[in-house]
Amino acid sequence: MTTTVAPSAAAPAPSGEPTGRGGPPRGAKLVRMLPLTPAIGLMLVFLAGPIIYCVYAAFTNMALTGTGANAVKFVGLDNFRKAFESSAFTNAIWLTLVFTLISAIIGQNTLGLGLALLMRRSTKLVRNFVGTAVIGAWVLPEVVAAYLLSAFFNDDGTLNVMLHWVGLPGQDWLYAAPIIAVSLANIWRGTAFSMLVYSAALSEVPKEIEESAEMDGAAGARRLVFVTLPMISRAILTNLMLITLQTLSVFGLIYAMTRGGPGTKSQTLPLYMYEQAFSFSQIGYGTAIALVMLAIGAVFSLIYLRGLNSEAA
Amino acid sequence: MIARDRISKLTANLILLAIGVLFVLPLLWVLFASINRTAGLRVEFPTSPTLENFRAVLNTDTTYRPVLNGLVLCGGAALLTMVCAVLAAYPLSRFKSKFNRPFLLTVLFCTGLPITAVMVPVYGLFVQLNLVDTIGGTIMFMATSSLPFAIWLTKTFMDGVPISLEEAAWVDGAGNMQALRRIVLPLMWPGIAVVLIFTFIGMWGNFFVPFMLLLSPERLPASVSIFTFFGQYGEPNYGQLAAYSLIYTTPVLLLYLLLSRKLGGAFALGGAIKG
Repeated sequence: MTTTVAPSAAAPAPSGEPTGRGGPPRGAKLVRMLPLTPAIGLMLVFLAGPIIYCVYAAFTNMALTGTGANAVKFVGLDNFRKAFESSAFTNAIWLTLVFTLISAIIGQNTLGLGLALLMRRSTKLVRNFVGTAVIGAWVLPEVVAAYLLSAFFNDDGTLNVMLHWVGLPGQDWLYAAPIIAVSLANIWRGTAFSMLVYSAALSEVPKEIEESAEMDGAAGARRLVFVTLPMISRAILTNLMLITLQTLSVFGLIYAMTRGGPGTKSQTLPLYMYEQAFSFSQIGYGTAIALVMLAIGAVFSLIYLRGLNSEAA
Repeated sequence: MIARDRISKLTANLILLAIGVLFVLPLLWVLFASINRTAGLRVEFPTSPTLENFRAVLNTDTTYRPVLNGLVLCGGAALLTMVCAVLAAYPLSRFKSKFNRPFLLTVLFCTGLPITAVMVPVYGLFVQLNLVDTIGGTIMFMATSSLPFAIWLTKTFMDGVPISLEEAAWVDGAGNMQALRRIVLPLMWPGIAVVLIFTFIGMWGNFFVPFMLLLSPERLPASVSIFTFFGQYGEPNYGQLAAYSLIYTTPVLLLYLLLSRKLGGAFALGGAIKG
């Protein structure tokens, strides 16, 4: 990204801007672009194809069983009307928002930033220990992480043992507060990403700037808000975009921990979509929900792309 | 000043340690439970450690075949991703074209699309193309889904290779692909390794894609077959589940160690992402 998309003063620019000046000896412009074809081909067939198919199927009554299985016909906006009138769908939207807000925007983002900031002041031993633990949680396969945390939050689990030590009552968190439990699980699993992005960004903030700000009397929190954070605003934006979008589509973690339950208390949009499309075989309705998710993702993606562009300008 | 520095350093260390412990506790469970014959759900060191859990899961159906399937699936997909990403990154990094900016923006936009949402139509597409329950089809889809991110990262790493060396090669009559293979790739192999390993780790942990696209038990990778521990027979055997989880996690741990020893670790990735 050092060039076209998002030029950044801090990133190492290639020592001759690739202008094509001098250029390779043979090959017209089109031939030069030839190496792009495998990537474009794959993305057209397996990414653009399904999305276009999604736009089509979302307006039909396509199903794996029943009438929609034999004669697929257009039903206009029926699927969307059905969705927005269904309480299960609105429930899923709310849970997705709560999940994203708690686990990505508040949890992973702040904890990751906090860890990266604290690590700059800590001793090497502590830094390595915490870094390894946090990254370890991240490298674990999704389903394994889900099992570890199911055990942790269970009635007989470690969390309750710890709560008993300090004299607090325990409970089965996966039943009592499933969306909170899966959100915390997602924080546990995903914080490493934000930590890495922020560590990299902070390592490029010159120490002198912060020190001179300190000389001028800007202490602690003020220095952080007015000096350090503005200098890494690009990283904050990129990180927020990526983790929000990752969190919107989390499926395996929640599915393995709660299957969306109890009832529908942790059924976020991906799980609702899966249930409708496959457990209930309503492909048309399922793709309509998929389209809603794609639209949400697209809006987020566009907002942040705009942000990146205006920052860079 | 110095006293205050020391206090702030101490506080930082203490807070970090507390957070570190919270991250470690769930990890300890899997370690202890795997060597405990009567493992429950809390972290406790077994009274008589045993390797029996490992012995119980180390057989073709439970471990060997799913892990092998996973290696074929994720290895194939990661390689395919990398080949396409390197080829695509070269013209994007080297030649200025009106086409580059819209293409990169599209790629960046695609990294944002929730792959989960695409899965229902992908399943539909796979039914149409007769690709459901085929390893090849699944590899191609997995490769495609990580391609946007891989292109983006690879191009960033490639931008770090000075173009002047290639200009010399061009003068000597080398073609583009020759320059890519002989000059650019050798200079950016650490970057390639970082992208390749992270792509693989991401795929290795991916549950949803193979869960949807593969059906036959004998084709399922480790990420999906782990569900067989929760059969119809009520409480799973937590000790065996933990042992299996450890075995299943080992390849990515090894890759990660390789990465952090030789390549500056995940911090290289953080540097490439943060822009």
